Amino acid sequence: MEHIDFSLVDWSRAQFALTALYHWIFVPLTLGLSFIVAFMETLYVRTGNPEWKRITKFWMTLFGINFAIGVATGIILEFQFGTNWSNYSWFVGDIFGAPLAIEGIMAFFLESTFIAVMFFGWKKVSKSFHLLSTWLVAIGSNLSALWILVANGWMQYPAGMKFNPDTVRNEMVNFWEVLFSPVAINKFLHSVSQGYVLASIFVIGVSAWYLLKGREQLLAKRSILVAGVFGLLSILFVILTGDGSARTVAKYQPMKFAAMENLYVGQQNAPLAAIGILQRDKAEGQHKKEDFLFKIEIPNMLSYMAFLDANAYVPGIKDLVHGNPQHNILSYKERSEKGRIAIASLAEYKNAKKAGNDSLSAAALKRFEENYSHFGYGYYANRDVHELVPSVPTSFYSFRIMVGLGFHFLALFIVVLWLTLKNKIETKRFILYTALWTIPLGYVASMLGWVVAEVGRQPWVIQDILPTIAAVSQVKTSSVQITFALFMVIFTGLLIAEIKIMTTQIKKGPAAEGSSTIH
Amino acid sequence: MFETFSYITLQEYWWIIVSLLGAILVFLMFVQGGQTLIYTLGKTEDERTVLVNLLGRKWEFTFTTLVTFGGAFFASFPLFYSTSFGGAYWVWMLILIAFVVQAVSYEYRSKPNNFFGHRTYEVLLFINGLLGTVLIGTAVATFFTGSDFVVNKMNLTNLTGDKMPIISEWTGLAYGLEAALNLQNLALGLTVFFLARVLALLYFMNRVNNSAIMERVKKQLLYNAIPFVVFFLTFTIWLLLSSGFAVNPETKQVSMEPYKYFHNLIQMPAVAILFLLGVVMVLMGIIRPLTCFVKCSTKGIWAAGIGTILTVFSLFLLAGFNNTAYYPSTYDLQSSLTIENSSSSHYTLVAMSYVSLLVPFVLAYIFYAWRSIDNKKIDIEEMKSESHIY
Ligand code: HEM
Repeated sequence: MEHIDFSLVDWSRAQFALTALYHWIFVPLTLGLSFIVAFMETLYVRTGNPEWKRITKFWMTLFGINFAIGVATGIILEFQFGTNWSNYSWFVGDIFGAPLAIEGIMAFFLESTFIAVMFFGWKKVSKSFHLLSTWLVAIGSNLSALWILVANGWMQYPAGMKFNPDTVRNEMVNFWEVLFSPVAINKFLHSVSQGYVLASIFVIGVSAWYLLKGREQLLAKRSILVAGVFGLLSILFVILTGDGSARTVAKYQPMKFAAMENLYVGQQNAPLAAIGILQRDKAEGQHKKEDFLFKIEIPNMLSYMAFLDANAYVPGIKDLVHGNPQHNILSYKERSEKGRIAIASLAEYKNAKKAGNDSLSAAALKRFEENYSHFGYGYYANRDVHELVPSVPTSFYSFRIMVGLGFHFLALFIVVLWLTLKNKIETKRFILYTALWTIPLGYVASMLGWVVAEVGRQPWVIQDILPTIAAVSQVKTSSVQITFALFMVIFTGLLIAEIKIMTTQIKKGPAAEGSSTIH
Repeated sequence: MFETFSYITLQEYWWIIVSLLGAILVFLMFVQGGQTLIYTLGKTEDERTVLVNLLGRKWEFTFTTLVTFGGAFFASFPLFYSTSFGGAYWVWMLILIAFVVQAVSYEYRSKPNNFFGHRTYEVLLFINGLLGTVLIGTAVATFFTGSDFVVNKMNLTNLTGDKMPIISEWTGLAYGLEAALNLQNLALGLTVFFLARVLALLYFMNRVNNSAIMERVKKQLLYNAIPFVVFFLTFTIWLLLSSGFAVNPETKQVSMEPYKYFHNLIQMPAVAILFLLGVVMVLMGIIRPLTCFVKCSTKGIWAAGIGTILTVFSLFLLAGFNNTAYYPSTYDLQSSLTIENSSSSHYTLVAMSYVSLLVPFVLAYIFYAWRSIDNKKIDIEEMKSESHIY
């Protein structure tokens, strides 16, 4: 297939990655801050203490600034499935479109309706209706995350569907399998709870800045208390669901798992390289083998993590590429041959059907169905199967940094909460500085999470079924380059504006009750 | 309950929903129309703040409706999503960018230290108002005038290497922008633009408590209503006289039929009635405030708004019902999309139909929430005491 336009594929991927990562800068904060604000307002309504109202309104202002740019960067993602991944939109649109539509009907309207009440209703609606609106905003934004993450989870593990050769696409046969697939559940829970973690870090970091400056003591300490408790519970849940995610990856995306762990040769009782530095092994050439320059291992841990069994066999990159008959693993060469048969049989089926030859079409259909689970590999029949190995260093390091930061956050929440309860936090300048500098780290961990999940599954848009080269839109590469540049410029400009506005508002501090936040 | 519906009934049901969403979207684009009038109507900073805030409390509904319209179209007619978005790339990209810049402009406009300055955000709102309306109108017009593309699903099985395994290919010159060169498309684009401005003026009449602004609103209503009517008539007469893309119900072959859309109108009397009713209501909504400004000015938006929804809704039905190809290809007639050949599976349509039962509930809470915060007109005084303003 010399005519595969790789620059088109790469630019389309780059554009998606750019827009998705920009969007993800803002989403986790929305997910978490909406709840934090709701907790604070609940405390206000419960206690009637006007200071809580002032605190609520302060964080709400920051929420609004972040929310606007989250919306701005989000719209593009939905439509990009059509504009840049048109083949994909047809091939699995029957399944993938539904969550997007449900997201709009169920979640976006909830969010946008009640956000108006939340911002403009303070003097117009009752206290309890206002509080309800704030909660509905939080629920709405988290619901919208549910649907899009279900959609993403489904791409990693396509459940609940069947290929229909007559329409030449995959069709949904079980909605509940799509919604409740283990991958989707873990992904949703991990992503929203890490959003709560990030928002807690944000609130604690900003409050730490006030304490360092000797300003807004009461607001800062109360905020740290709310965010500390929320953050601590959330990070525990993040670790739990992260562990669950790793298990689903091991089960459904063994190549991603091997890349994350730099496991080249599979083994039983596989150890986990808790920390490691990689080095390219020159001798292996195109096999892309990465060796360890240095590592600290925990024996049996990888097998246990992946399959809850210290003796379990974990396949490595080599086993997956070259096959391993002992463990019933087909090589990529064999899989691509079977995939080619599936694709060719589909063509035969269609032609025989057109010609009215029933026996021929039935035979072709049977062959197609037997080989369908390898369909996507067929596009690699005449290619180097090593293209099916994702970037190992990217996956390996991203994963470790994310997990390592997770434990840093855990420690931070514990320490900060303890010091606040002991009423000593304002004197611990080192901790306050650490809290402040953890804000960017929260974003780093969150971004790297997506790098692990998405780089690790390349080149699959739909695991094993549809690779990127068969998913793109047939547009000119130059057009995609131009839109890439446009988004880069626009989003970067908006990000700068957002950061300036946000820091200005923080420096200004909360308004005295009753006055406008803008003048 | 939906399981028992036939495939074609579900396809029609979903075409109705998509049409309704499209119609509501066009009505809600009064926000875009208003954004192009901020400087025409607001001569002082305070006046502009009133106008921006009035629109700012509604912009998200337009935006959310657009997103939901896209999602619903994707879920119910994925081949359209695949063919049109991936083909008419530049039209959709420009529309999207226009909406990207809108989303931040309200929130950031009046915030201190906002990097670009408030003027820039107002210009961005203007750009959104202009491009959003004209291009969406143009894109919808191609439902009647057609575009140049080919769909061949067998490309997916092409492993010979002479082309990419992609099912649809756009053969139009400029990836969609060529649509804006067609005068009939442009007529609809401009109709939507002026309609959005007219609706915005009627909305302001309903919500603003400021006599200086009101004087300008009244004048502008006439200035915008005239081009709206002219462009609307141009498009409609052109449409009724032109040939359309008819589908043979037996063979499913697509062919050109003279006066197809006119035929659709008489063969579907219910649609014809909706269409006429809609047009009359829009005109009433405009004319009444012009003739009895003081008493009738607040009601115009309701009449014209509902009229807009009915008219656009019936236009969508003309495009898709009665054996008509709703997204025709002028390059290869047989590649044209119909509600039958481009829809989701029976199973998915059933599942989605259950979800659609939530829509009345959604409308109810939107209505309730709006009522609770929009209970009185806005004036400059309120802007000074409000804690969250744009
Ligand atoms: C501390 C232990 C953690 C573990 C064991 C863990 C595990 C994982 C795994 C295995 C994935 C990949 C899932 C897939 O490919 O489908 C993942 C993804 C992700 N992680 Fe973590 N993670 C941890 C902490 C964190 C932290 C602290 C954050 C951010 C603050 C974070 C954010 C993310 C995000 C955003 C994704 C992408 C979405 C997803 O696939 O769920 N993770 N994590």
